[in-house]
Amino acid sequence: MTVFDRRVVRLHRDRAAPRVGDHDYLLREVGERLADRLDLIRRDFRRALDLGGRSGIMAPLLLGRSGIETVVRTDLSPAMAALGDGPRVAADEELLPFAPGSFDLVVSNLSLHFVNDLPGALIQVRQALRPDGLFLATLFGGDTLFELRRSLMEAEMEVTGGVSPRISPMADLRDAAGLLQRAGFALPVADSDTITVGYSSPLRLIQDLRGMGETNATLARLKRPTRRAVLTRALERYAELFTEPDGTVTATFQVLHMAGWAPDASVQQQPARRGSANTRLAEALRTTEIGTGVTPDGRSRS
Amino acid sequence: MPESAKVDPKLLEILVCPLTKGPLRYDADAQELISDQAGLAYPIRDGIPIMLVDEARHLDDTPPHAAR
Repeated sequence: MTVFDRRVVRLHRDRAAPRVGDHDYLLREVGERLADRLDLIRRDFRRALDLGGRSGIMAPLLLGRSGIETVVRTDLSPAMAALGDGPRVAADEELLPFAPGSFDLVVSNLSLHFVNDLPGALIQVRQALRPDGLFLATLFGGDTLFELRRSLMEAEMEVTGGVSPRISPMADLRDAAGLLQRAGFALPVADSDTITVGYSSPLRLIQDLRGMGETNATLARLKRPTRRAVLTRALERYAELFTEPDGTVTATFQVLHMAGWAPDASVQQQPARRGSANTRLAEALRTTEIGTGVTPDGRSRS
Repeated sequence: MPESAKVDPKLLEILVCPLTKGPLRYDADAQELISDQAGLAYPIRDGIPIMLVDEARHLDDTPPHAAR
């Protein structure tokens, strides 16, 4: 299903590129948390890929850590890819340009939420990894920006009497590990982190979102500019509902962390073959065994 | 061409055509990566391969350096 207009995603990132450094606080914070996960894994990864890496926040966090020697970066936006240094290409997460087994590690920091075919993109990530290579990603979860979602919806109802999609649909935690499994990753794990950021005003939050290139890119979005009255009322409503005692307004970002390994039967733990146990469960539980009448290979016991 | 604007040789080893996943030919003069299978030439701008199908030149078109 096509939800996002990839040309608009690219356009937003192209426009944001020149000044993204002024607005990437959240990307840096989450990027650091993502890189910290490597410290929990006793393994070396020589060749890393930073998928959808915008201006190149991850490379300095990754180089030298866990044996990482090179970090190749991609971004959908050629203007973003042009920023920073190191080996980099403009590439679409939905059509990766890498030969099988090119990387020992793939990271993606808050970039996969605008991909239409996430399972397809994940399959391509798995193929770009060598066997037993690791994929580590963060993506925005469904509770992200619930304050803004509510304020915009209420304002739009008041002013126009209807609502339109304004904030992207996002994955939830239950989807995340399942997605990895469906894409053929071994040992998939997903967990969720909530980051609450204080802004001086709701307008400042909107400026940061735009500054990161993270504004609405859904195909169903309104194709005309939002009426000024809706925005004004939404910002008012946001301040009414979510101002803290210290005068700042809060914005919540739910961040899903995902990890999965490219399968490698020779080194990764595998489930035991059915019927290969040499201890009876009934004995371990100290109970009486009640037979099902079926042997592990599916034949009926005579 | 300045040294910094050259494409990283490490990239040339691992890049394939995003559409066909087939091999690419590096045309150093035209600064293009050519996918014969897809009939597309991906531009390299300031040393950065632009592996986007939207930005690629169709091989039946006139190459940019021959048109000059």
